[in-house]
Amino acid sequence: MSTATAPTLINIDNVSKQYGSGLIAVRDMSLKIEQGQFVSFLGPSGCGKSTALRMIAGLTSVSTGQIRFGGEDHGPQDIGFVFQEPTLMPWATVFNNVYLPLRLAGVSRKKAEPRVEDALAQVGLSKFAKSYPRELSGGMKMRVSIARALVTRSRLLLMDEPFAALDEMTRFKLNNDVLRLWQEYNLTVIFVTHSVYESVYLSNRVVVMAARPGRVVSDIEIQAPYPRAENFRNTPEYANYCAVVSDALNETLDTGDINH
Amino acid sequence: MTTETPVLNSDQQRHARVDRAMRIVLPVLTIVVALGIWEGLVRYYQVPKYLIPAPSVIAETLVKDGPSLMGSMWFTIKLTLLSLFFATVGGIILGSIFALSRTVEMCFFPFAVILQVTPVVAIAPLILIYVRDTFSALLICAWIVAFFPILSSTVIGLRSADHNLRDLFTLYRATPLQRLRYLLAPSALPYFMAALKIAGGLALIGAVVAEFVAGTAGQSTGLASRILESSFRNEIPRMFAALFLVSVVGIAIFLATSWLSRAVLGNWHESEVRREN
Repeated sequence: MSTATAPTLINIDNVSKQYGSGLIAVRDMSLKIEQGQFVSFLGPSGCGKSTALRMIAGLTSVSTGQIRFGGEDHGPQDIGFVFQEPTLMPWATVFNNVYLPLRLAGVSRKKAEPRVEDALAQVGLSKFAKSYPRELSGGMKMRVSIARALVTRSRLLLMDEPFAALDEMTRFKLNNDVLRLWQEYNLTVIFVTHSVYESVYLSNRVVVMAARPGRVVSDIEIQAPYPRAENFRNTPEYANYCAVVSDALNETLDTGDINH
Repeated sequence: MTTETPVLNSDQQRHARVDRAMRIVLPVLTIVVALGIWEGLVRYYQVPKYLIPAPSVIAETLVKDGPSLMGSMWFTIKLTLLSLFFATVGGIILGSIFALSRTVEMCFFPFAVILQVTPVVAIAPLILIYVRDTFSALLICAWIVAFFPILSSTVIGLRSADHNLRDLFTLYRATPLQRLRYLLAPSALPYFMAALKIAGGLALIGAVVAEFVAGTAGQSTGLASRILESSFRNEIPRMFAALFLVSVVGIAIFLATSWLSRAVLGNWHESEVRREN
């Protein structure tokens, strides 16, 4: 999807994050993310990948450095965010959960209805608009969360280990759904994961991070063509990329400074 | 991408109906049997009615003294419901202020605790001295007892919203009012409903206790005063009749708050959702 000439969407310039406790979550992170890219932040627990994502979303402040959005003006309204948990309002129906971003933006229910229905159709949950979250499986809840992120038609989708708690079958299905939506909506996706296999399958770029302090150690381009289907997982190309990314990840295990 | 909608089969539906009916039939049957045993024992041992009256004698008294007891019951109901109303309104308003400002909470929460921990029996005589109107004095006493659970639960509830949902509302630039309406208030509902059930009972207890204190001066006409008055005259059946009506009021409040809780939380909260096996 991304090309050499694609404009820069996000410019992360020498960004660090230090918490009040003194913990350095991210140190000197610099990255340029182009429009239309599918970038995975990969790393062990505590490497600051979620913190980096939250800083991009504006949910966590930056201690030093700058995050700039190039091209169009991307305020928080233009970001879709999918959390590790489905993060649905249990008191609201599926429809109302997906409608939430539009409701908060002042869009009337009547006007929002086609957009909510479209978002639900995209994730295969049209029949469940009136259901409550407790009536859904873990995978279905995550689909609702994705529909909610899509309903504002934002071009930037941030996903924080969204499928970590799901079984492998469901995760594979949702991986394919996300890839399809990325292509259909011409999205830019930043996907946080700790799975080498997931990152290689989904992304055209894997940013490997190390822990203590969190920092970028490798930036690997995955040149395998899209669309990618399940059989991609059985190709030598996929295995090679997994090996390369795994090696980069293994190197991070020896470089952490426990004192931070 | 499709999932089957769960549908109850006829066996499950029948089972659910039987379960619902048993919830009413079993307790009613148990009470009827208990009353039968009571009646039988009193008659068999010929216990005088000034010691323990039989349920039939209490029923007779209820019919005979009905109009005057009903007036007293209405007084107690009015007192209880008004105190519960003011406790709810006050608890929600003050709880919301506390939830929004730690400083205000730190300043005023000790006052709420003092009101809660000081027995109402100890405060009531003072209130009856300072407040001329007896009904208002009783109302304040009952309010003091019912207020604290609503206040503390509202504060906890408003602060219990999921942190990821809070982030989501930040991401979508929710206004403070939107945040309160669509996130904080629904998050606080289970806590509030639990508090309302407790406060409903406490309001009645507060009303009865306050009436006892005030009733000694012969100033009020609530059910508690009737119990006291009957005890002075050794009219034990009337004491039981008034006590029965107090229980009826308590049960009605419990049923009403339980129904409200089910109506509000029944679709989504674990405490009220009925699971099918």
